[in-house]
Amino acid sequence: MALLEVKDLKMYYRTLRGQVKAVDCVSFEIEKGKALGIAGESGCGKSSMAITVLRLLPSNGHILGGEVRMDGLDLLSMSEEAFRKAIRWSRISMIFQGAMNALNPVHRVGNQIVEAILTHEDVSRQEAVERARRLLDMVGISPRRFNDYPHEFSGGMKQRAIIAMALACNPDLVIADEPTTALDVMVQAQVLRAIQDLREKLALSMMLITHDLSVIAQTCDDVAIMYAGKIVEYGTATEVYKKPLHPYSMGLVSAFPNIAAEKSPVRSVPGFPPNLVSPPEGCRFHPRCPLADDKCKTEEPASVEVGGNHHSVACHKVDVTAGGIDIWVQ
Amino acid sequence: MGAVATSEQAAGAWTGDVVLRVVDLVKHFPIRRGLIQSLRGGPVPAVRAVDGISFDVRKGEIFGVVGESGCGKTTMGRTILRLIEPQSGHIFFEGRDLLALPSNEMKRLRRKMQIVFQDPYESMNPRLNVYRIISEPLRIQGVVKDGHEAVDLVSQALVDVEMTPPEEYIYRYPHELSGGQRQRIAVARALVLNPDFIVADEPVSMLDVSIRGEILNLMLRLAKEKGVTFVYITHDLATARHICDRIGVMYLGKMVEEGNTEDIVKFPLHPYTRALLNAVLIPDPSKRGLQSVMAGEVPNPVNPPSGCRLHPRCPVMKGICREKEPEIIEREGGHKVACHFA
Repeated sequence: MALLEVKDLKMYYRTLRGQVKAVDCVSFEIEKGKALGIAGESGCGKSSMAITVLRLLPSNGHILGGEVRMDGLDLLSMSEEAFRKAIRWSRISMIFQGAMNALNPVHRVGNQIVEAILTHEDVSRQEAVERARRLLDMVGISPRRFNDYPHEFSGGMKQRAIIAMALACNPDLVIADEPTTALDVMVQAQVLRAIQDLREKLALSMMLITHDLSVIAQTCDDVAIMYAGKIVEYGTATEVYKKPLHPYSMGLVSAFPNIAAEKSPVRSVPGFPPNLVSPPEGCRFHPRCPLADDKCKTEEPASVEVGGNHHSVACHKVDVTAGGIDIWVQ
Repeated sequence: MGAVATSEQAAGAWTGDVVLRVVDLVKHFPIRRGLIQSLRGGPVPAVRAVDGISFDVRKGEIFGVVGESGCGKTTMGRTILRLIEPQSGHIFFEGRDLLALPSNEMKRLRRKMQIVFQDPYESMNPRLNVYRIISEPLRIQGVVKDGHEAVDLVSQALVDVEMTPPEEYIYRYPHELSGGQRQRIAVARALVLNPDFIVADEPVSMLDVSIRGEILNLMLRLAKEKGVTFVYITHDLATARHICDRIGVMYLGKMVEEGNTEDIVKFPLHPYTRALLNAVLIPDPSKRGLQSVMAGEVPNPVNPPSGCRLHPRCPVMKGICREKEPEIIEREGGHKVACHFA
C-alpha cells in the first residue's frame, strides 16, 4: 500500500468573482521512501494541493470531494484536533515556499526548532534542545550557531534551518514547496544535495513542488505534470523526461537548456495559464496547444495509462504526440 | 589587459568591431564606521564589489557575465552605464571614454545604452499603463514632444517583443500582465530608443522556466537580426550557454575566466568555473550529478581572502594560492584564466 494516496481530490476557493477551481480531481500516490515531483507553472494549483494535504487551507478554501489517505487512514474526515496531534508535523511536514522569510526574525533559530518540537511532542525542553542541535548538525549547520538570529544566517543556511525544522518530529513525508527557488545556482545545488542525503539516511518520502523540471529530474523518482488544477501527465521521471506525451509536458521538457548535451533550441510554451474561475471548456490546455482541434475544445480528455509503468496522460492527441515529432517548433 | 593603464594606451589598442571596452574598472562602497572606530583612524573599510575588471564586447555580441550573488556582477553592469560612478578605470563606448564625458553628453549617449532590470514586478510604476511606461524614455530623451506622437514607436517596440496586436496591450496596466509579458514590456522599454547596447541584468531569473525561453530567444533574435550588443548578467551558466557568444566568470569582484562560450562550457580552466558547471541542474533524470558540489558561500567582500580569492573553497588549493594573487592570462583562442594551476 502506498504511504500517501490522493484520489479525485477537489479543492475550490470561494471568491467574490466565483469559485477558483485550484485543485480539480487530482489523483496520485507516493510510495514509502519515494519522491514525487509536481511540476507546473505559477498558478496551476500545485501549492494549493500541498496545503490541502496538510489541511492548512485559508477560510475560503473548501474541499469539495475526494480522499487523502495515509497508510489507509482517511485524513480528511479526522477532526482538526486529531489531525494536529497525530499527523501534522509528526507524520507530514512541509518546507514552505520562500523559506528565506519563513523564520521569525526576532527569535533565535535554534529556539524556533525547539518550539516546533515542543508543540507537537511531549518531551522535556532539554531533550528538545538536544534534538534541535542534532538536526542543525544533520543539515550541515554547526550547532554552535544554535543561538544565532536569522539575520546572521546566509540564504542557504536559512533554507537548511527550515529543512531542519521540517524534520523536527521525524516525519514520514515531507512536502517541499519550491525549496530552492530564489537561491543561487551553487546554493541550490548544495541544498538539493542536502535534501537527497537526508532522504537516503532517513528513508523519507517526499513531495517536491517546483516549476523547474530540472530540479525534479535531479531528485525525484516520479513526476506529475500539473496544468490549470489538473494532472495532465504522470509517470516515472525517466519516462516522462525521455518520452513526454502531453503537449504541455513536451514544452516544459524542452524549455530548459541542457548544459550537458549539445546546444539545441530552447522552446517556450506561448501564452499563459487560464483564469481558474472559468477555465476553458474541454481540454484546459487547448487555447495554448498547437494540436488542438474541435474535440479538444469540447470534450475533456480522461487520463489513460499508456505503455505500463503507470505512465498516464490526459490528451486526445496521444497518437500524434507518441510519434516523437517536435510540436513546439517556432 | 591588466597592463593597460592610461586612456591613451587603451584607446590606441582599439579595433573596429569592439563596441564596449572596460579597463581596470573598480567600484568600492565605503562602509560607515562608528565614532570610536573613525577616531582610531586607519583605512575606511569598503565593500570591494568590482575590483579591477577588464573586458571587451564586440558589435552584435552577447557577452555573458556569470557568478554567484554577491560577486559584484550587478554593480558592474550598472557601473558600465554610469548608473553607479566607479572609483577608477575606464569605460570606452564606441571609442569614447564615458567617465570623461560631461553629463549632458552622457545623457545624449544614454539613448544608445539601455538596461533591463531583474524583477519585472518591481521595475515598473504600477500607476502607469504600458504606453506611458514604454514612451517615458522617448519623452526623457526629447524624441517626441507630446504624448501621441509616440504611439507608432511604442507599437513598433511592442511588435519587436512579439506582443501583437499592440492595440491589445498598449493601454493595459502592469497588474493585468503575466510575469513573462511584463518582462517583455521591460525589454520593449529598453528597445524603444533603438539602442546599440543593452545591459540585461538577470532578465529571466524571476520568471517561470516555461517562459524563460521566450525572453532568451528574443534577446538572441535582437542580437543576430538587429545587431544589438548585450551584456547578459546571470548566475545560471545553462541560459548563458544558450545565448552568449562569449562568457566571463566573476568571483568576488574579479574576472577569473573569460572565453568563447563552448570553450568555457566544454573546457573550463578555472576550478570555480568547473564548480559553477557542476552546480547547473541537468534536466535529465539519467544524469544525476549533485555529487561534487563546491561547499561554502561567497565570502564577505569587505575582507576578501588573501592571494587567490577562491582559495578557502578551492579543491586544488596549494600554498602559493594563499600568498599570491594570480593574474588573468590569455591562453590560446582568447581564452583567459586567473589561476596558478590552470
